[in-house]
Amino acid sequence: MAPIISIKNLQKTYDNGFQALKGVDLDIQEGEVLALLGPNGAGKTTLISIICGLAKATGGSVTVGGHDIARDFREARKMIGLVPQEMSIEIFEKVWPNVRHSRRLFGKPNNDAYVESILKDLTLWDKKDNRIRELSGGMKRRVMIAKALSHEPRILFLDEPTAGVDVELRKEMWEVMSELKKSGVTIILTTHYIEEAEAMADRVGVISKGELLLVEETETLMKSFGKKMLEIELDKPVDTVPPALAERGVTLADDGRTLYYSYDTAAEKTGITSLLADLRNAGLTMSDLSTRQSSLEDIFVDLVAKQQNKEQEDAA
Amino acid sequence: MNWLAITAIYRFEMARTFRSIGQSIISPVVSTSLYFVVFGTAIGSRIDTVEGIEYGAFIVPGLMMLQMLMQSVSNAALGIYFPKFVGTIYEVLSAPVSVPEIVMGYVGAAATKALMIGLIILATAAFFVDLQIAHPLAMLAFMVLTCVTFALFGFIIGIWADNFEQVNLIPMLVITPLVFLGGAFYSISMLPEAWQTVAMFNPVVYLVSGFRWSFFAMSDVPVGISLVAIGVVLVACLSVITMIFRTGWKLRA
Repeated sequence: MAPIISIKNLQKTYDNGFQALKGVDLDIQEGEVLALLGPNGAGKTTLISIICGLAKATGGSVTVGGHDIARDFREARKMIGLVPQEMSIEIFEKVWPNVRHSRRLFGKPNNDAYVESILKDLTLWDKKDNRIRELSGGMKRRVMIAKALSHEPRILFLDEPTAGVDVELRKEMWEVMSELKKSGVTIILTTHYIEEAEAMADRVGVISKGELLLVEETETLMKSFGKKMLEIELDKPVDTVPPALAERGVTLADDGRTLYYSYDTAAEKTGITSLLADLRNAGLTMSDLSTRQSSLEDIFVDLVAKQQNKEQEDAA
Repeated sequence: MNWLAITAIYRFEMARTFRSIGQSIISPVVSTSLYFVVFGTAIGSRIDTVEGIEYGAFIVPGLMMLQMLMQSVSNAALGIYFPKFVGTIYEVLSAPVSVPEIVMGYVGAAATKALMIGLIILATAAFFVDLQIAHPLAMLAFMVLTCVTFALFGFIIGIWADNFEQVNLIPMLVITPLVFLGGAFYSISMLPEAWQTVAMFNPVVYLVSGFRWSFFAMSDVPVGISLVAIGVVLVACLSVITMIFRTGWKLRA
C-alpha cells in the first residue's frame, strides 16, 4: 500500500544557518500511530511544521496522499489536522463558533451534526457555549483537538500533546488518541516522554540533531534493541558474588539478596542455562526468578549517546 | 477559490468587531462631533466659506477620510497582528488557503469596518451641517477604494510589526500628519505656493481632493489624477503583499 505521507531527503536550514533537518526520509502508513521521539531542539516540530505548511523546506520533498505539499498544497492540507504544541487559541471566542470556523477555513461546508459529534466525543458538548478563556487547560487542549478534527482529516499531527500537563490529563489525552486511532485516523505525535511513545505508538522514530536515527515498530524495537534483566532472589543473603558468576557480569544488590544478570535477547546464547548451573555449583538456592525488559527510554538514551560518540570521533 | 475559507476569515474578523460594537461606533461618533464643535462651530464661525462652500460642510469629506484611513490601517494591522501574537495564525497557515484568499478575508473585513465607520460619520455630520452630495455613487466608490487600499497597507504593517507599539505607530505617526497636512480641513489652494508644491507629494491630498469632488463637484487636483494616485498605492500594497507571502517573510519560517 502506498504510504499516506512520504518524506524524501527533507532538509531545513534556517536563515541564521542552523540546520534543523539534515535530509530526513520517512514513509508513514495510513492508520498507524507514529511517535517521533527526540530531545528538545531535535527537529521534531520543524518536521511537522514543514508538512503542515507552517515552514518551508530548503530541500527535499513531501507528499501527503500523493499530493506534493508545495505544488498541490490545497489537496495535501485538506487531509491534515494539526494540534500545535503551544496553547494557541482565541480565548475570547466561544467553543462552538470557533470549531465551526475551523471547518470552513479548511473548505468544508457547515455540518453541525458532525461538529456536534466531535464535541461530544471530546466531552466538550456541555461547554460549547462557554468562552474558551473560561475552560481549564485540559479542556482548552481538547478544543484545539476538536478544531483540528473539524474538517474530517485523515491525518492528525499532535505536537507534544501532553507536554506540561498533569498525569490525569495525560491519561485522558491517551484515551482520546486511542479513540481516534480506532476511527482510522493516522496519528503522528511528537513527544519526549518515552512512556507515551511506548503506550501509544505502532512505530517509533527517533530524531536527534536533525537526523532520523531509526524508525522501527515499537515492539520490534523493544526486542531488537532490548536487553533483558534477570533478577534472582536468593534464599539467604550473601556477602559477595561467587567468582564464577562475577565473571559473567552478575551484580549483587545492596541487601545481598538479589543477583542481577543483564543479557541480550537477540544473542544466540543468552547464557542463562549455564548461569543457573554455576549458581547451583556455588551452593546458592533461589527463592524467586524474574525478567524485566529494558524500556524504550534506555534504548533512546543509548541511541543518542552513540550518535554523540560518532560525532566526537568524526571531529577527532 | 476556497470561498468557504474567505468567508470564514471574514466572518470571524467581523464577529470580533461586533463583540465590541459599542466602542466601534461610539468612538468615531464622539470624535466627529468634537471636530464639528471645534472646527465647524467655534473656528468655522469665523470662516465664511471655502471655495464657496460653508466651512462646516467643507470639512466633512476630510473628516470621513481621516477616520476611514485610521480605521482601515489599524483594523487590518491588528487583524493580522493579533493572531500572530497569540499564535492562532498557525491555523490559517496550515489551511488549504491561498495568499489572495487570506488577504481577501482579513482585508475585506478591515475595509468593511472602516467603510461602516465612514458612513456613521456621514450620518453624524448630517446632524450638524446641510450636506450636499453631488456624486453619491462616486462617493461610495471612493470610500470603498480608499478603505481597501489602506486596509492592504495596514495588513502589511500588521505582518511587519513585532509588537503592539509598532502596530499603533504607523497610524499615529504617518497617517494622522499626512491627513492633517493633506488638506482634510482646508483647501490646498489656501497654502503659500511653496507649500502647495510640497503638498503635491502627499498621497492623501489626492484622496481628499477626489473625495471632496464627489461631494461638491470641485477639487484641488483633477479627479482622474486622484484615481491614478489611489491606484498606484493599491498596486504598490498588493505587490508588497505578494512578495511577503512568496518569501514567507515574518510568517513562514
